[in-house]
Amino acid sequence: MYRYDEFDHQFVRERTAQFRDQADRRLSGALTEDEFRPLRLMNGLYLQLHAYMLRVAIPYGTLSSRQMRQLAYIADKWDRGYGHFTTRQNIQYNWIKLEDTADILAALAEVEMHAIQTSGNCIRNVTTDHWAGAAADEISDPRPVGELLRQWSSLHPEFSYLPRKFKIAVTGAPNDRAAVKVHDIGLRLHKNDAGAIGWEVMVGGGQGRTPMIAVTVRDFLPEKELVAYIEAIMRVYNLYGRRDNKYKARIKILVHEIGAEKFKAEVEAEYARRPEQTTHVEEKELQRIAAYFAPPVFEKLSRFTPAFEEAKLLHPGFARWARNNLAAHRVDGYTIVNISLKPEGGIPGDATAEQMRLMADLAERYSHDELRVSHPQNIILPHVRKDDALAIWQALVPAELATANYGLAGDIIACPGMDYCSLATARSIPISQAISRKFADLDVQEKIGPVKINISGCINACGHHHVGHIGILGLDKKGEEFYQITLGGSSTESASIGSILGPGFAGHEVAGAIEKILTTYVKLRQPGEEFLYAYRRLGPQPFKEALYAAA
Amino acid sequence: MSEIEKGQVMTANRLRDGEVVFLTRSGEWNERIDEAVLALEPQATAALEARAKDDVKATLVTGPYLFDAERVGGKIRALHMRERIRTLGPTVRLDLGKQAEGTAGAFAFKEA
Amino acid sequence: MPLLKNNAFIQDSWVHLGAEDPLPEGGNVSIPFSRLKNEWESLAKFPGQLGTLLSNTDHAEDVAHFLPHLALVILPFPAFVDGRAYSIARQIRLLGYRGELRATGNILPDQFQYMAQVGFSSFEVSERFPLEVWQQASKQMSLAYQRGLYRRVGEAEVWSERHEETAPETAPWEEQPHAG
Repeated sequence: MYRYDEFDHQFVRERTAQFRDQADRRLSGALTEDEFRPLRLMNGLYLQLHAYMLRVAIPYGTLSSRQMRQLAYIADKWDRGYGHFTTRQNIQYNWIKLEDTADILAALAEVEMHAIQTSGNCIRNVTTDHWAGAAADEISDPRPVGELLRQWSSLHPEFSYLPRKFKIAVTGAPNDRAAVKVHDIGLRLHKNDAGAIGWEVMVGGGQGRTPMIAVTVRDFLPEKELVAYIEAIMRVYNLYGRRDNKYKARIKILVHEIGAEKFKAEVEAEYARRPEQTTHVEEKELQRIAAYFAPPVFEKLSRFTPAFEEAKLLHPGFARWARNNLAAHRVDGYTIVNISLKPEGGIPGDATAEQMRLMADLAERYSHDELRVSHPQNIILPHVRKDDALAIWQALVPAELATANYGLAGDIIACPGMDYCSLATARSIPISQAISRKFADLDVQEKIGPVKINISGCINACGHHHVGHIGILGLDKKGEEFYQITLGGSSTESASIGSILGPGFAGHEVAGAIEKILTTYVKLRQPGEEFLYAYRRLGPQPFKEALYAAA
Repeated sequence: MSEIEKGQVMTANRLRDGEVVFLTRSGEWNERIDEAVLALEPQATAALEARAKDDVKATLVTGPYLFDAERVGGKIRALHMRERIRTLGPTVRLDLGKQAEGTAGAFAFKEA
Repeated sequence: MPLLKNNAFIQDSWVHLGAEDPLPEGGNVSIPFSRLKNEWESLAKFPGQLGTLLSNTDHAEDVAHFLPHLALVILPFPAFVDGRAYSIARQIRLLGYRGELRATGNILPDQFQYMAQVGFSSFEVSERFPLEVWQQASKQMSLAYQRGLYRRVGEAEVWSERHEETAPETAPWEEQPHAG
C-alpha cells in the first residue's frame, strides 16, 4: 500500500489548516455562502437535506485496517455511528457540523487520508478496479497510476475551476470493473505482442442527463506520458468546455458537439505544444510509487485446499457464500472475499462503526491488512487464504455482513436518494429495500443468476441506473414519486446505455415490476445465458409485454 | 375535525451545524416545524423573506427558502415528501433526525 | 480597484484605453486585443510600453505573435468560478512571455495562490479584503505536486524535490524587462 512521505503529510496538514481558516472566515461573515461553497465542496463538504455531508476519498478504493478504524472513529465521534460507501470509492457521513469539519479532516490526515476534491468542479477521486493487485485476469496493478494521478490532480492550480466535475477511472484488467467507459477519462491497460504495456485513453463517457460511452483518443500511450497527455486533455476541456449551461458542461458534451476527431486533433495539437521537457521525473515517481504496491508475500499453497472444500461440505450456508462472494485470486490457495453491504431490507453501502471495526480486524488478521471499497458499494478483503474463508464467514454472520448475494439481484446499487440528498426527486433506498425483500430467497436469486440492478433518485444518475442491467430512475410527477425502468445497460468493457422500457411506476409497484421482468427472463433464457445477454438477444418486446400487456 | 389552513413556511440550514430550522413567530430560527410561522398571504411571506435575508447576512443561517405547508388542528406539516423528510428525518432510519430527537412535530412517519 | 503586486498594494502605472480612446504620446498603455490587432501597423511604432487586455475566449496562439512586444497582458475573470484564464495564462507563459501578467475581475484571496502558480504576477482586487488577507492566502500551501509551475520563495514542487538532486531554480516571480 502507498505510504505518505514527509511531503504528502505536510501537504494534507497545510490543506487542513487552510480549510480551518476558510471555515472560520465563513462563520465570521468574511466569506459569503456563494464564495465559500466552491471551497467547501473542494474539501468534500456538501449541505444536504438534514445537515452538512462530508465525502471522504478512499483513493483507488484501498484502505488499511488502521484507516478503516479511523473511519469508524469519525462515525462515532462526529456523526451518528455509521457511514455510506459510494460507487466512486468514497465514504459519506450524513450528519456533520461545519464547525467540526476541520477537526475531522485533521483526524483523516493522521491516517493519510483526506477529502480533497471529492466534490466541486475539479478532478475528483481517481477510482480503479476494486480487485486490483489480486484479480486473476489482471495485466498489471493500476493503483500506482491511480496514486500518480491523485497527486498530480491534487490542488492543480490550472484545473480547479473547470466547467464541471471531472472523473477519472483506471483499470489494469481486460474485464472492466471500474466502469472506465462511463467516466470523463477512462484508462485501460494493454500489453502488446512485444510484452510492453501501454494505456488506452478514453474520453467523454458519462451518465447524468446525457449518458454517453467514452471514445478512444489514444490506443497505446506510454505510461510515462500519461500525466503530460492528460494535462493536454484537461487544458482543451478547461478552455473550450461549455460554461453557459451546467447541464452541457461535462467533457462528453464538448466531445459530442465538436466531434471525436476534432476533439482528438485539439488535444494532439495542445500536446505537441508542450515545452521540450523530459518525462523522467514522472517515470521515476511512478517507479517510486509502484514499489509501495509490490504484492504482499504470499505463502506457497496448493491449488487444492482440503480444509476449504471440507468446510463447504459441512456448512451449506458457507458453501453458498463461498460460491457467490468469493472470486478468483491470482495466487494458488488464495481468494478474494467480497463482503456484501446489501443485507435483505438494508441500506446499500451503509456500514456501522462496529461493522467497520470488525472488517478492519478481519483484514488485519487474514488479508495482509488490506481492504477495498468497490464500485458496487461493497467491501473487499483482497488477499485471503482459502483455508481462512470459513473463519471470516463465521465472524461476518453475527454482524449481518455475510449475505451471500454478491453480483445477484439483492446486490443493488442505490444512491442515498431523497432520504438524504437535496438534489433527489424521489427516494431510492426504500425501492432497493422492497426489491431485496422481494428476492429474499437466495435460492431464487441464484436461479436468476448475475444481474445488476441500479437505482438513482434523480437524473444526475449517482446510482448509475443508465448502466444497470436493470436501471431504476426516481422522478417527481406532480409532487408524487414515480420510477422509470431501463433495461440493457452495462458499465463493463462492453458498455451500453439502458433503454427506457415504457411508462413509469409508483414506488409500491416497482419491486413487482422487477419480479415480472426477471420471471420473463428466466422463462426465455437459453442455458447459461445471463440476463444482460438474454436482453441483448431478445430486445425489449417480451419484457414490455410482461409489464404492460395485461394493463 | 378542525379546519385546514394552507400557507408557506420559511426554512434554512443553521450555518454552523447545518441543522434544519424554521422561522418562528418570535423571529427566531427553531428546529421544530410546529413553532414555525405559517404565512397565509403575500405580505406575510414577504416579511419572512426579508427576515431570512437579514439572517443570512448575519451568518445565522444559509440557503433559506419557502415551502408549502398546512396547519391541521394547530399543527403544521409540509405538503411535499421532500420537505416532510427534512422536517422529520430519513424515512429509512426512523432512529435518526428530528423524529428521533423529539423535535419532529405532530406528523411523524409510521413504522413500516 | 487596488493593484496587488509583489505582496503590496501599488499604484497602477498603466493607462488603459478603450476601443475608441485616443493614443497618448508615450508612457505605459494597454489596449484591448482586438484593437491591438487592427492597429498594429501604427502601434508597432509606439514609443512607450504596450500592453493588451484579452478576453478569456481569446486563443493564446493568436496572441503569440505580439507577445515579444508587450510588457503587460491582462486576463479577466468574469466570475471567480470561470477558470479559463488559468489555462490561457499557462499557455502564454509557455510561449515564453516574461512580462507582467495581470488578473482582473472577480478574484478571491483563496484563488490567489493558484493564479500565482500559473504565472500571474499582478492582481486587480476588490477593496473588500485587506492586504493581510491576501498575504495570508498567498502562503497557505507551500507544496505543489505539479511541475512547471511558477514558484515563489518557500514553495516547492514535491516531485522535483523527490527526484532531482538539485531542484530547479525558483521561476522568476518578478517579470523580466520586456524584449520589445
